[in-house]
Amino acid sequence: MLKKLIIIIFSFFLLTFNVNAGDDGELALNNKEEQKEIKDCFERLNRATFAFNQGLDKAVIKPIAKNYKKLPDPIQRGTSNVVKNLSNLITIPNNILQGDVKLAIINTARLAVNTTVGLLGTIDVANKMGFPKYEKEDYGQTLGAWGVGPGCYLVLPVLGPSTVRDTAGSFANVIGGDPWYNASTHGNNEFLSERLYLTSKALNGIDFRANNIDSFDNLEKNSLDFYASVKSLYVQDRENKINNNQRGSIEVLYKDEEDWEEIDSK
Amino acid sequence: MKIKKIILILLLLNLNFGNVYSIQPDVFVQSTVNRASEVLSKNISKEEKIIQLKIIAKDTVDIKGVGYYSIGSARKNLDENQKKKYLSLFEKYFLKSFSSRLSEYTNPKIEVQGKEVINKNYTIVNSLLIATSERPEVKIDWRVYTKNPENPLIRDLIIEGLSLARTQKEEFASILNSNNGDIKVLFETLKKFAEN
Repeated sequence: MLKKLIIIIFSFFLLTFNVNAGDDGELALNNKEEQKEIKDCFERLNRATFAFNQGLDKAVIKPIAKNYKKLPDPIQRGTSNVVKNLSNLITIPNNILQGDVKLAIINTARLAVNTTVGLLGTIDVANKMGFPKYEKEDYGQTLGAWGVGPGCYLVLPVLGPSTVRDTAGSFANVIGGDPWYNASTHGNNEFLSERLYLTSKALNGIDFRANNIDSFDNLEKNSLDFYASVKSLYVQDRENKINNNQRGSIEVLYKDEEDWEEIDSK
Repeated sequence: MKIKKIILILLLLNLNFGNVYSIQPDVFVQSTVNRASEVLSKNISKEEKIIQLKIIAKDTVDIKGVGYYSIGSARKNLDENQKKKYLSLFEKYFLKSFSSRLSEYTNPKIEVQGKEVINKNYTIVNSLLIATSERPEVKIDWRVYTKNPENPLIRDLIIEGLSLARTQKEEFASILNSNNGDIKVLFETLKKFAEN
């Protein structure tokens, strides 16, 4: 109970701080270019955390991800499908919160089919049946869709890039917003436990890291400032997800159009 | 009357030639991709591949335009000598970074799927990097600069919605911000990258 209370107070503090940071930014920034950029209020701390995460990645996460990649394809695909299926439990309430009831019904049906016929989500039967492509949603995206600005950029230990808004959104998972968390940690069930919940989250992270080993290596090798590259990519990805850009391109491109129009290299 | 006819014929011929020489952005992207795929599937060393990829990049990418975009508003504070120096350093940096990124792929298959004209200067060409057993399919959009329709040029690649030019621009801005806007630090960083 105390844990919940602390989280609620902390989330409230983050969101309040986020609003203030956004207000200050709007007053202070006159330059159009700077307005588009997310504020890095804690850059020194963020860079230190980023360096720590990189060390942790090299020592622990990447070697595990490399070994995971060596597992037979069906095991990797099955694991990926299970964690993706569980994410529906967060996606569905967020579909509703964003007013997309139709998508919430589709995702509920997807969850039901994959959990039953798809053997606890190991097989993506819904995809084979022709369900629309699955797009994850979370509470950070919902806050964004409601008009809450990203606030300052944050790098979280172990978890990686985030923003004040997205971090506050993540807290919603542990105060009742994630049925999988609720069932694992508070349910009177001999099959579920907090350890199982943490394992599913760890597998989600390893699956993501394993699928991006080459891309990350390539990005690190070819970046002048790897920290800034990761920040930029995270922010662009969140913008696309909040705006539900299918290809992710046209809307983002239009946003940048004026910058490009000024450039005439001839 | 005769003169009028001749002028009309010349005008029509001119229009016709105009059409013949303008290159459609999607055709341009597909031919660029085919050229790169050919190099990447060749049985030659990585160094040789990089040399050939650099030639393709010089032909098809508006390196100067991307360079100006990447430096953002700081370009307005550069004098002529600094601009020259920057563009020279940027070209070396860009070609190394571009060819190095691309040389990691072997025989990539990219299918052009469509295009969307934004305005007379820009067309977005949509394409798909076909999935292999190693990686899933990847959506790639190309921002093609069409101000000169006879010589379209690539200005940006948007991979799964993530713009490489924007990432580069934010990276440059970060270097400048961390060093009180000192352009010399950016020049030094670009130089170091190109030389390593």
